[in-house]
Amino acid sequence: MSARADRESRRDASSESSVVLANVSRRRFLQGMSLGGLVLAVGFQSTAGAQEPQKYGADGMPNGWVDNPLAFVSIVEDGTVTIVCHRSEMGQGIRTGMPMIVADELEADWKRVRVAQATGDEKKFGNQDTDGSRSTRHFFEPMRRCGAAARAMLEAAAADRWKVPVSEVAAKNHEVVHGPSGRRLGYGALAKAAATQPVPARAALRLKDPKDFRYIGKGELKLVDALDIATGKAKYGIDTRLPGMLYAVVARPPVLGGKATKVDDAEALKVPGVVKVVQIESSAPPAHFNPLGGVAVLARNTFAAMQGRRALKIVWDDGPNGSYDSTAYKAKLEESARKPARVVRNDGDFDKASAAAAKRLEAEYYIPHLAHATMEPPAAAARITNGKCEVWGCFQSPQAARDLVAKRLGMSADDVTVYVTLLGGGFGRKSKPDFGIEAAVLSKAVGGKPVKVTWTRDDDLHNSYYHTVSVEHLEAGVNEWGTPVAWLHRTVAPTIISTFNVDAKNEAPLELGMGVINVPFAIPNVRIENPEAIAHTRIGWFRSVSNIPHAFAVQSFVAELAAAAGRDPKDFLLEVIGPPRVVSPEMLGDTWNHGESPERYPVDTGRLRRVVEVAAHAAGWGKQLPKGQGMGIAGHYSFVSYIAAVVQVAVDPKGGLTIPRVDVAVDCGPTVNPDRVRAQMEGATVMGVGVATLGEISYKNGRVEQNNFDSYQVTRITGAPKEIRVHIIPGEDYSKPMGGVGEPGVPPIPPALCNAIFAATGKRIRRLPIRDQLTV
Amino acid sequence: MVSLDINGKRQNVDVPGETPLLWALRDELGLTGSKFGCGMALCGACTVHVDGNAVRSCITPISAVASSKIVTIEAVGGEPVGKALQAAWVENGVPQCGYCQAGQIMSAAALLRRTPNPTDAQIDEAMDGNICRCGTYTRIRAAIKQAATKQGGAR
Repeated sequence: MSARADRESRRDASSESSVVLANVSRRRFLQGMSLGGLVLAVGFQSTAGAQEPQKYGADGMPNGWVDNPLAFVSIVEDGTVTIVCHRSEMGQGIRTGMPMIVADELEADWKRVRVAQATGDEKKFGNQDTDGSRSTRHFFEPMRRCGAAARAMLEAAAADRWKVPVSEVAAKNHEVVHGPSGRRLGYGALAKAAATQPVPARAALRLKDPKDFRYIGKGELKLVDALDIATGKAKYGIDTRLPGMLYAVVARPPVLGGKATKVDDAEALKVPGVVKVVQIESSAPPAHFNPLGGVAVLARNTFAAMQGRRALKIVWDDGPNGSYDSTAYKAKLEESARKPARVVRNDGDFDKASAAAAKRLEAEYYIPHLAHATMEPPAAAARITNGKCEVWGCFQSPQAARDLVAKRLGMSADDVTVYVTLLGGGFGRKSKPDFGIEAAVLSKAVGGKPVKVTWTRDDDLHNSYYHTVSVEHLEAGVNEWGTPVAWLHRTVAPTIISTFNVDAKNEAPLELGMGVINVPFAIPNVRIENPEAIAHTRIGWFRSVSNIPHAFAVQSFVAELAAAAGRDPKDFLLEVIGPPRVVSPEMLGDTWNHGESPERYPVDTGRLRRVVEVAAHAAGWGKQLPKGQGMGIAGHYSFVSYIAAVVQVAVDPKGGLTIPRVDVAVDCGPTVNPDRVRAQMEGATVMGVGVATLGEISYKNGRVEQNNFDSYQVTRITGAPKEIRVHIIPGEDYSKPMGGVGEPGVPPIPPALCNAIFAATGKRIRRLPIRDQLTV
Repeated sequence: MVSLDINGKRQNVDVPGETPLLWALRDELGLTGSKFGCGMALCGACTVHVDGNAVRSCITPISAVASSKIVTIEAVGGEPVGKALQAAWVENGVPQCGYCQAGQIMSAAALLRRTPNPTDAQIDEAMDGNICRCGTYTRIRAAIKQAATKQGGAR
């Protein structure tokens, strides 16, 4: 997911953009964006930053990190410890994982820990953009320091009380003990005094020896929200209720850039319960995170609002995107993919090596638009009281929501408070707070009264920020043993950057760095090209983003080459990856590297090999399977983690597909909550199966053709793998860098699944979704 | 005005009889545990029990259930099956985002009441109407089986 695109938009939008920028390397920003064709002038002093040291990881994110225990930890006299979680919970378990890190260093008893959710306030809490599979890897260390600092303050308070050297006391399981005398004081008794202690200097902090961790790495704690979820008490954005609240739904332009030219609301206003009809002004392109505009119906309940909307008569002017047609667009992408284009990586000489090769092969893959279809559609509520706006919603980026609500209402961000609810799924959709701005605009239109905006499923599918659509064209020249000596990958897809800059037509470094230019294969002649593509809808980031098409194409093509060579696909994949070695991302032309330091996070082909080997071994690769069954393998590096999957399929004589088992091997470095790593791999596998078999958003006359879960299908329990086994590569050394977990499980699944189908049936899938392509 | 028996309590809602039960529950009565996901009985997030059967409240007009007993996720834990399922959900770490899980548990409770020891195929059939976009299906199956086993022990 795109930190960069998100932030660049924020910079663009924010009146404080120069302040925001101070936290991000300008050089890196320029580097990162130059290929994407983005020119960003707002608040940008292009001469100033050239000498600035490049910042990576959490340092490179806007507002960086905060490790101040006063922001995150509070203890009351009964001993209850409250830990603030500043990242949004959308199913990854972060409201358990992040406080667990603090609690461990704090020596807090988990049973006496409560979790509070931060409002959108990055100056106080550090970066809150919950995307990019970054929360744990960016905040493990700051949260440890937070807990350690709070522990030190409790210890200092106890030492003061007892008038003993602090070296004689130690915190242990919610109390501080004086070793020599055996005296002990609970955290509650020390809370007040500890709060007046100075926050210790970072350098003076004593972090725990990881062998003493109580919670980190154990995977034994239950999710903090599980019981509330299971009993219906958990509150999502859509569950927000405020006194006197009106319920709104919005008729938005069906085509991006469209406008309502005529609105007749007479019938709508007659619907019982409808209170008011309000027009929301469309914003000029680029789409950014702005509301699309349209006509809102406000009512006493959601159903009345929906009935009112149905009764509206609106004439839309579709604008220039009214002719967007997925069939025609696919043909256009294919045409571009078959012609030489902008070269974004060039090793050796592809043309020469290919001409001299024993054999040449090519294949083309198509991956359609996708919508996140979070089970909770976007929803937010807002009210304005005494010049201050409060917003409640399921936001992945609460600070962006805050800044943009402030901008739209002409207020200072200081006067806007954004409360983050639980998110009923995020997957990147809820990084874009357009729905929060809608709620604020509507509240303003009714004098500040509370208004909740609920998106219906058709709204969600018709007006999303879609996963891109792409054609991936691959060519290889192979030697007499079938081993590739020349590799050409032409990737063409409308870019996320187009959502922020209408002129952007090329994949940006953050997209190319998702499994196309940074493919670390042992092939001497590699050329990667990227033709232009014009976007006709809002392109956004969807769980694992461009890794989906890139991994599908690359890992399918490797399997095709293996088949052509008559080789075992797993052995062939390992051979193409080559011997274990550490490759600099810069050597691969990847200036982005998921925002991480190329020294700390190089591409390690040994780790990639290992997950391939572990998944294959665990799955029983090579064993005899009944007729109609097959195994497929794929390994992919993304979000600085290494993941491989073996999918086993059974295809019945009519083409019916079932998935008896999937084995996933994951190397994400050291883990905080292994059970949630497993859960994320399980979920990503199911989502990957859905992407491969069912998911497609298509356009006709500029409009999305799918309306609900009947036409936009997602994986159900019957289509899901019967068994998913997750194999975590042990990573006990907590000084080693952590990798992402939320997203990287998705990309290997579609190619592994299609490779399995090939093994089972001999049919090669090159166009997603599979849907009825197997039907005989 | 329609009178409804919800979680053992009679309650009046002053909205047209065509109003789907889901919106009466959520917006008029403040019972937000039942979720909106599709509005067309395609996803199961809104599942409640009407006279013991799993019903999609998003397409059920309140006028059709005025003489029925309605139980929602907020009260299903008052029944042994519901309580066992909720415990199994926590124990197995089923939820990810959790949004669909109320509906999943309501469907599972109706299944277990009918079929105390379901096979995988019976679970799949009963749960196929409930979408989980986070993909927690393997844990849902495991949790239903665990709850079934514990219930079996109690019977």
